[in-house]
Amino acid sequence: MADPMRIRAQAAGDKATVRVLMAHEMETGQRKDAAGKVIPAWHIQEVTAQLNGKPVFTAYWGPAVSKNPFLQFVVKGAKAGDKVSVSWVDNKGDKRTDEATVS
Amino acid sequence: MLKINSTLLLAGVLLAAPWGALAQTKSAADGIAEYRKMLADGNPAELFEARGEDLWNKKRGPNNASLQQCDLGLGPGKVKGAFVTLPRYFGDTQRVQDLESRLLTCMETLQGFKAAEIANTPFGRGEQANLEGLVAWISAESRGLRFDLPQAHAQEKTMLELGRRAFFYRGGPYDFSCASCHGEAGKRIRLQDLPDLTRNPGDGIGFAAWPAYRVSSGELWGMQRRLNDCFRQQRFPYPGFASDVTIALGVYMGVNAKGAESIAPAIKR
Repeated sequence: MADPMRIRAQAAGDKATVRVLMAHEMETGQRKDAAGKVIPAWHIQEVTAQLNGKPVFTAYWGPAVSKNPFLQFVVKGAKAGDKVSVSWVDNKGDKRTDEATVS
Repeated sequence: MLKINSTLLLAGVLLAAPWGALAQTKSAADGIAEYRKMLADGNPAELFEARGEDLWNKKRGPNNASLQQCDLGLGPGKVKGAFVTLPRYFGDTQRVQDLESRLLTCMETLQGFKAAEIANTPFGRGEQANLEGLVAWISAESRGLRFDLPQAHAQEKTMLELGRRAFFYRGGPYDFSCASCHGEAGKRIRLQDLPDLTRNPGDGIGFAAWPAYRVSSGELWGMQRRLNDCFRQQRFPYPGFASDVTIALGVYMGVNAKGAESIAPAIKR
């Protein structure tokens, strides 16, 4: 199973800034290994974020996103104590969901 | 004649108002600093730290033991503050060890791994990848503390002298020494500032900035891997993981960095 994400969510006014670090290889499928064989693509395809269980954000990602990606976004109406959860699914069907509390 | 005059005039203006010029135009160094600051927000080294903490506490290896009893110099299991005192002399192994060689000792004595086997594993594979996590977490536990390597034991003094000599030793096809790149302040290679490691380069610079996450390769590099890269660029042969010369260089840089604040694990381009 994939390593956990690191999620920080900081409220300021009526908005909260969410910072997410994901642990993922994000292999593009363009690289070759030492033996000259193509390393198969392996990257996150879909990212969703929820605030207190309500979806606020969906993104479709491709091979152009870096290894161990960093994602930052702002959620309106989030206040301290709210729960932010982020999920991703990669092209192998592996998935991961982590949750953080807005501070 | 007119041309010369205007050149002189321009030089005069520049000399007269260095502050004004600095405030208006962003220098190359400012641009680099800004880029680094953007990178530092969301340093993926955090992911390695989390993995390292997990690895420290997890029962693993042939002995199915954790590393919780590992002595990093401040006593068994004491992690906080240990990193800024390494490399140092250890009585049980009777030699000076840096963080990575000490971890090899603990992994062998506590967990039953073969230290020589791990040392011969290429960087980033197998147990070497686990070492990356461990050094990230252990160094992070000393973040913000200041380097203070002990120099009481005779072997520590010997290693300092050995490190100094290795640092200035010139060789290889290009006749490089460590000091060729790191012996003067204010130099850089492309976007990388080259710290002067013959003296204290300051807080969070040089020895105080490693281990670090390298954005370009997506890897976390410990001091051993960083040193290996210097040797590679000098066209020297691979010095060997946790070899005496790498530890001696660590002692030399660490003693020079006395009082510098550790920001490890840092982020590098």
